[in-house]
Amino acid sequence: MAAAATSTTSTTPASPDAAASGTPDVRKMPIAKALNESLRSAMENDPKVLVMGEDVGKLGGVFRITDGLQKDFGEQRVIDTPLAESGIVGSAIGLALRGYRPVVEIQFDGFVFPAYDQIVTQLAKMHARALGKIKLPVVIRIPYAGGIGAVEHHSESPEALFAHVAGLKCVSPSNASDAYWMMRQSIESDDPVVFFEPKRRYWDKGEVDVTAIPAPLHAARVAREGGDLTLAAYGPMVKTCLEVANAAQEEGRSLEVIDMRSMSPMDFDTVQKSVEKTGRLVVVHEAPVFLGTGSEIAARITERCFYHLEAPVLRVGGFHAPYPPARLEDEYLPGLDRVLDAVDRALAY
Amino acid sequence: MTVESTAARSTSRRSGTGGKRATKKAASAPGDAGSTTGTTAKTAKRSKPAGSKPAKAAKTAKPTKAAKTAQPARTARSAKPRAAGQGANGSAGPELVQLLTPEGERVEHPDYAIDLSAEELRGLYRDMVLTRRFDSEATSLQRQGELGLWASLLGQEAAQIGSGRALRDDDYVFPTYREHGVAWCRGVDPTKLLGMFRGVNNGGWDPTTNNFHLYTIVIGSQALHATGYAMGVSLDGADSAVIAYFGDGASSQGDVAEAFTFSAVYNAPVVFFCQNNQWAISEPAERQSRVPIYQRAAGFGFPGVRVDGNDVLACLAVTRAAVERARSGQGPMLVEAFTYRMGAHTTSDDPTRYRRDEERAEWEAKDPIARLRAYLEKDGLADDAFFASIDEESEAMGKHVREAIRTMPDPDTMAIFENVYADGHALVDEERAQFAEYLASFADSAESAGEGR
Ligand SMILES: Cc1ncc(C[n+]2csc(CCOP(=O)(O)OP(=O)(O)O)c2C)c(N)n1
Ligand SMILES: [Mg+2]
Repeated sequence: MAAAATSTTSTTPASPDAAASGTPDVRKMPIAKALNESLRSAMENDPKVLVMGEDVGKLGGVFRITDGLQKDFGEQRVIDTPLAESGIVGSAIGLALRGYRPVVEIQFDGFVFPAYDQIVTQLAKMHARALGKIKLPVVIRIPYAGGIGAVEHHSESPEALFAHVAGLKCVSPSNASDAYWMMRQSIESDDPVVFFEPKRRYWDKGEVDVTAIPAPLHAARVAREGGDLTLAAYGPMVKTCLEVANAAQEEGRSLEVIDMRSMSPMDFDTVQKSVEKTGRLVVVHEAPVFLGTGSEIAARITERCFYHLEAPVLRVGGFHAPYPPARLEDEYLPGLDRVLDAVDRALAY
Repeated sequence: MTVESTAARSTSRRSGTGGKRATKKAASAPGDAGSTTGTTAKTAKRSKPAGSKPAKAAKTAKPTKAAKTAQPARTARSAKPRAAGQGANGSAGPELVQLLTPEGERVEHPDYAIDLSAEELRGLYRDMVLTRRFDSEATSLQRQGELGLWASLLGQEAAQIGSGRALRDDDYVFPTYREHGVAWCRGVDPTKLLGMFRGVNNGGWDPTTNNFHLYTIVIGSQALHATGYAMGVSLDGADSAVIAYFGDGASSQGDVAEAFTFSAVYNAPVVFFCQNNQWAISEPAERQSRVPIYQRAAGFGFPGVRVDGNDVLACLAVTRAAVERARSGQGPMLVEAFTYRMGAHTTSDDPTRYRRDEERAEWEAKDPIARLRAYLEKDGLADDAFFASIDEESEAMGKHVREAIRTMPDPDTMAIFENVYADGHALVDEERAQFAEYLASFADSAESAGEGR
């Protein structure tokens, strides 16, 4: 029981009783609900965990990720903030300095930038500047990426802008189980974590075992095994890549799909192992390809696997253009056809 | 034993915050989408021709967006009553400039006089009615799937028409995303406002044609643009004024505070027009400020005034005074139009989750259009024929908007690469060419599927 009051390990089960009894507690839920349950269990386990952001209280957030939390944990722990992102992150830093573990919600990807200064110049660097004497366990939740037909600033994928900054960790789950566990682990992390939630997948259901011992937060996962080519993706594109692998199978091609899960740090070992087997790699993300996270994967894997590669590492992603209006997003976003096209090209070498 | 109940017990012991779990409700249903997400009716997607890659084409089908964003009905929750005289709203007492009471009585104010002809008064009425009609038409077009989203101005017609009609053609407007009434005053074709909500563009009009800047979605940004524009006006020695619209929520943004600072320091000819509609999505104005918003101006060194935002005459008179002040070199002024967001934040929002019906009912009695109509009728300033003609015009406006939306073309795919830079960019050119080649490969269905380049 006592262990549940602390948040020092990444394997603390959500329910001490369930863990003690050793029976798995598996439930099917959408990603949105898994995040909600994860926040709830983190708040139950550690009274220092706070949730803050715009409309996270009564409304439960515009995506309802914090639904019911204010009702159950009160206005002191689930805090509707003034409409000011720099204020949200800046004050979360102060709360963290005072021993709290704030989980802040940025309403949409495009609205994180008023807070970018606080994130980059303060949050990311403070631990190092204090010679490691202080910790900044702040989680910044960002519903990101496109596919929901929204107006501008509601569909962007800015992860590279954060992954590029030393001092920040960046992760993105692709399924309900990861949503649950990666959120718990991010909250338990003593480093700041930018947590990218694939908003168009919020309603995708999956099984969550709240008694499981989760994989490490920054480990990639082989989501589907295959021998002809490796697809690496994270967040919303994992599902797309699994669909691609299905379609390719019907044409007699066996694709391995790797869910990167973490954009900083990145688990290159898992990708390397896969590419040493398949000899081909296509990296997929919604964010623009130019200087994106895929560029880093391509460069590292080329360095590590040069003699195993049968084709150059190809990248599929957004263009060097603003995210287009909703009626063009299906063309803009990497979908089945565009990924398959890259797969064809890689296999043709 | 479920996970929740076990953990809830331990929480209640540890932090004293538990014990309320018995009333826990199920989380919102999947698809209860965000503030600004919406459904966009789409035409059939392009896909590789069946002959070439049959398996893939079939796979591209997605569930309809409507399915993801449908909103279940919700029960109202009781909202905490607001403490009178506290927070951003304070007491709506003598500090509120009013020239027309909710009952339609003309009253005088020592600082803000107005003398309008019957024709001008009827003009304001017409503006408000047509704006409301346009707005409600847009709301229903969203319901029909023609728009992905709509941000209704219902209830804010007087604030927008009153301030909008205080401007000269050479003045410049920086709106939020809700200023449909101001756009109307500026002569922007209302159907142009629909493009970004339909998802065919991210703006849709040339801001320089009507001196009406693009809608700005990132809260508060435009206050600084207005300030800079006004600094330019002063540098040019011109006597135009600039007006920045923003909301009660936006008043919390650093950009807005910085705009106040800059405009005060440079004595810029800008009017800050804050429509305090009491809500920023689900957060009441008290979440943004502990003093009435207009009082903030004093700390920056320029005047602020609160006006009855549902009184078109008062909004016109006060904005005129603020604009004149700016023109004559006296610098910025903050106008807080005290009004109410009668509808949801946007068509994606569900206000029953956070506010009381009675609150809306109270404001219903202060309706901006009804009070002007009462005044026009009582004082014999308009006859039945006039009202009938406005009704007719309103019908025609509705029809026009419906037709316009149905004939609004979808953007060309290659528009993705248009206007990214004024001077062009090699990478954009390269990606455009590659994408065109990729698209062309679909037309070329004779090509075999596995053939690479
Ligand atoms: C920087 C930023 N943060 C968050 C949002 C999401 N958002 C859109 S509208 C809104 C509330 C705005 O309230 P207010 O300023 O009062 O204007 P109103 O909508 O009431 O007209 C929020 C939080 C945003 N658009 N931009
Ligand atoms: Mg508001």
